[in-house]
Amino acid sequence: MHVPDGFINAPVSAVTGVVAAGAIAVSLRGARRELDEKTAPLAGLVAAFIFAVQMLNFPVAAGTSGHLLGGALAAILVGPFTGVLCVSVVLLMQGILFADGGLTALGVNITDMAIVTTVVSYAVFRGLVKVLPRKKRSITVAAFVSALLSVPAAAVAFTLIYALGGTTDVPITKVATAMIGVHVLIGIGEATITALTVGAVIAVRPDLVYGARGLQQRLKLRVGGELVDAPAPAAVPVAARTSRRRVWAVGLVTSLVLAGFVSFYASASPDGLEKVAKDQGIDQNTKKHHTEDSPLAGYGVKDISDARISGGLAGVIGVGVTVVAGTGIFWAVRRRRTSDVSPSQVA
Amino acid sequence: MGAGHAHRLYRHGHSPVHALPPHTKLAATFAFVVVVVSTPREAMWAFALYAVLLATVAYKARVPAAFLLKRLLIEIPFVAFAVLMPFVAEGERVDALGLSLSVNGLWGAWNVLAKGTLGVAASVLLASTTELRELLLGLQRLKLPPLLVQIASFMIRYGDVITDEMRRMRIARESRGFEARGVRHWGVLAKSAGALFIRSYERGERVHLAMVSRGYAGSMPVIDEVTASRAQWSYALALPFAALVVCLLGWTL
Repeated sequence: MHVPDGFINAPVSAVTGVVAAGAIAVSLRGARRELDEKTAPLAGLVAAFIFAVQMLNFPVAAGTSGHLLGGALAAILVGPFTGVLCVSVVLLMQGILFADGGLTALGVNITDMAIVTTVVSYAVFRGLVKVLPRKKRSITVAAFVSALLSVPAAAVAFTLIYALGGTTDVPITKVATAMIGVHVLIGIGEATITALTVGAVIAVRPDLVYGARGLQQRLKLRVGGELVDAPAPAAVPVAARTSRRRVWAVGLVTSLVLAGFVSFYASASPDGLEKVAKDQGIDQNTKKHHTEDSPLAGYGVKDISDARISGGLAGVIGVGVTVVAGTGIFWAVRRRRTSDVSPSQVA
Repeated sequence: MGAGHAHRLYRHGHSPVHALPPHTKLAATFAFVVVVVSTPREAMWAFALYAVLLATVAYKARVPAAFLLKRLLIEIPFVAFAVLMPFVAEGERVDALGLSLSVNGLWGAWNVLAKGTLGVAASVLLASTTELRELLLGLQRLKLPPLLVQIASFMIRYGDVITDEMRRMRIARESRGFEARGVRHWGVLAKSAGALFIRSYERGERVHLAMVSRGYAGSMPVIDEVTASRAQWSYALALPFAALVVCLLGWTL
């Protein structure tokens, strides 16, 4: 699934490169919070493990065999941040050393195979572990489902990237059917192997599995013939958080730049889905959207004739409105939560 | 430990290309690939010129053609994909050899094949003239986050150790009469993978303790600072600049 050079056009490759760099920066920070100064050797060795396990062949039938992709496995075993880092480093080294995947396509490859698989699988895994009963078996089941979903999710992400910046005019519906169809099958294999591997690790060293951290039994002491809970070890001081304001500012500036500037280049041609809809005549019977007359309809500002400037402006305004609305909701929720808590504290 | 410590991807030599500082080579390779990717696909002669440029570099680096061509085999999977393109793409169609092919798809296949092959050849040249350790130093010089470079260096350093461990596990399985033939044997293979993870993680913990006992405090000491003179930079960047001229010609002609 490594994308070669020249498969995705330059602007989209650049944008995915920015996305990948941002995600790696966030994961570096997150991994250092989780592993502290142990990050470099542990993440390095886990990356080496992922690299090796990708070479382990699982025979399917009659001479064909498959291998693990490892995104879901890494997320469950060492956590999402370290997982993203490990898979990204593997992809980076494969690109530079083994010429596997193009150098300019590194952003596409990392976004698709490191970020989407890891984040999707960990989100699904966490959700399932919360819902299922607290047992070892449910960790295995959650690992199966999350790996099963992560591979088609990467295929969907790839199809989206291809729709935005593919260099060949292959109809997007065909790409989607082929990619997702094949990757559902691959996903079944990935899920089986991931679940079996996680199960094998849990059986021997459950403490190493990041996703199973909540399952550990409390240590019991026998004091005078009775079992007593051992005192909890002193809480490790959490590393000082960097100010949230800076992260917020950087995010805002990035989205403004993306919306206002990059959309110059993106909005020049209709997007793939719109195109497919037009080709197939799907859009003939779509009803008019009820905000058709709004000043921002169709991602352009009314009364501004230059399509690109108007598109960029609409993007900037859109980001602004989203930020204001989001902040408003966040404030409202937080206000309510604090007011809920305070009476009980008084009582 | 009897064998050389260089990786099998590296080809030892004393050519002017080998002697260049690693970060100039990395920058030149990356710039070259970017230029190649942004060339219009209709300018077929431009890609021939790029190939000539790379061949010149290979000649200067004394990398034999057979070595280079053998390493190019890695791109076979996506060649198969490119061959499919003319059949599935839409648009105007031509008849050739009794098959109906899409013009757009033919262009797309050519695009991916030409750019992909040049990209692979450039990376192969980079890896075969630069030692792994130097490559990592070069990445650090190019201001990649130090933590990321450290992770990459541990991965490279222990990659072969872990792969060897996996090979020993396979030999142990086989010497007990195990042969993986189908889906029913996945359980055994997955248990090996799990054991491999535990061994890798525990090795990581031991490596960390060994580092701490030698005074590690979060950053690696840099002993040999690599620097590049202006002459070395211009020598390395001759490749992407020549490519850029070709690319500009390709856009205007």
